[in-house]
Amino acid sequence: MTEREQKKKPAPQKREDVTEDVEAPARQGEALKEELDDLLDEIDSVLESNAEEFVRSYVQKGGQ
Amino acid sequence: MAVPKVCGIETEYGVVLRNAPDSNPVLASSLLINAYVEHRKVGWDFDDETPGNDARGYARDSQPPMVETHLVNTVLTNGARYYVDHAHPEYSTPECSDALEVVIADKAGERILTRSMRAARRLLDPGQEIVVYKNNSDGKGNSYGTHESYLVDRQTPFAQIVRTMLPWFVSRQVFTGAGKIGAENGAADVGFQLSSRADFFEEEVGLETTLKRPIVNTRDEPHADPQKYRRLHVIAGDANLCEVATYLKVGTTSIVLGMIEDGFIDKDLAIIGPVHAVRTISHDPSLRATLELVDGGTLTAIELQWEFLRFAQKYADETGLELCGGPVGLDVLVRWEQVLTDLERDPRSLSGRLDWATKLGLLDAYRERDGLKWDDPKLALLDLQYHDVRPDRSLYERLVKAGKVERLVDEATVEHAMTEPPETTRAYFRGTCLARWPDSVVAANWDSLILDVGSDPLRRIPMMEPLKGSKAHVEALFAHCTTPAQLVEHLGASAREEP
Repeated sequence: MTEREQKKKPAPQKREDVTEDVEAPARQGEALKEELDDLLDEIDSVLESNAEEFVRSYVQKGGQ
Repeated sequence: MAVPKVCGIETEYGVVLRNAPDSNPVLASSLLINAYVEHRKVGWDFDDETPGNDARGYARDSQPPMVETHLVNTVLTNGARYYVDHAHPEYSTPECSDALEVVIADKAGERILTRSMRAARRLLDPGQEIVVYKNNSDGKGNSYGTHESYLVDRQTPFAQIVRTMLPWFVSRQVFTGAGKIGAENGAADVGFQLSSRADFFEEEVGLETTLKRPIVNTRDEPHADPQKYRRLHVIAGDANLCEVATYLKVGTTSIVLGMIEDGFIDKDLAIIGPVHAVRTISHDPSLRATLELVDGGTLTAIELQWEFLRFAQKYADETGLELCGGPVGLDVLVRWEQVLTDLERDPRSLSGRLDWATKLGLLDAYRERDGLKWDDPKLALLDLQYHDVRPDRSLYERLVKAGKVERLVDEATVEHAMTEPPETTRAYFRGTCLARWPDSVVAANWDSLILDVGSDPLRRIPMMEPLKGSKAHVEALFAHCTTPAQLVEHLGASAREEP
């Protein structure tokens, strides 16, 4: 039963309708951008070095 | 008439042995699996493998896949099969009885691969590492599969399945696709496409799985009572990391198959040129491309999906979707409708639920920040590394950690499923025998188990009914038996050795 309850969890809120504070969307937009920039920086730090060579050497034969 | 939709997913993982002069994928795959199951390997019994049988009832001028018996092949206590297939490590989930169980079992498979990579390090030279990817193509024209299996009524004419499943597989790509940069296998160039597999389908129907791949595969290998059942072996699907995508892929396909068996879809949804249509739909992330119906008229893939959904909603009203997991089936319907609504409104809003949209969101962020073109190697690397199964390198896992991905199950449940079988199918019997008497299980496969009871001969226990052998069915039996000999004795006394 616990699994089913977890499943009902709502999706992370991606867009919020804010009507009371007209400046909020702009501030939110900035915060989101900052958050995204941080995430990309974090991803940069785990990316394999030498993208071109790495991708070139990834060859998978004999699959269904 | 519809039968319970027992289902599962088998995944061939991409594999690389890094920092080795000669990276042999077969060796790397064997090492990986051996490292995981080093204590004791229970062999696979190949007696019932007949991949050359064709569901259309005849053998064609085609090459059925070879069954390789010399490669590493094991059965796990969770009822799964973990083995080397061709040149890849492959994980087949145990039989599940609904889409949520498949999500759990499939994610547990990823964790088993993760643990295998870690275990393999001890067996490698310093600096070497085996890395696996849960994807379906190397970007150079080589594809490897993620296959689904569904139990289907033998009475349903195969031609009927084909006619409805062709438009189904073409249109479901809008939520099953894992996304890919560029095109392969001679397909027209494209920046980004929905499915990593679409470029590899060249026939409508056929037996092959490694060349001239068909949209509907005809392998007739039921792994169950062949008088009663078929197993529809689906090869037209992507490896999904997003749980919502896996859930929808299996849940909706189960419902559609139930409707076909019950003759519920009273409208011909067949489309003209399905092979071409697979690519057309995949190559259009704007989701505006149209399909031409044989009966006349054109629909987008989403509109075709709405047609299926409307039938499914009526079908649910009449049946309660009892054969598709009951409440799980009903929940699948709700999510299906939500996803179609969101895809129509703003496909980007599916980031975090569908793999292609999640990946596209990430790639677009990089394109914008770094001004990259679609052919930039860095984007290709992001595409590949999204599927890296190592938690510290997987970009999908980074997005999960950052709270950008919706999950359907928690880690404790997934961890549990690495060793414990689903309780609702014969996988429970198989897994429990293995866990209790690892030294007595000589071999196993999907529909039988061979036990050494300490005296001649070896005893083969048939399991031709996928739903027999569930916990409810055999728990008491296991409680009464302390040895495999007692188990066999009890089974012999009851239902013709069927657990």
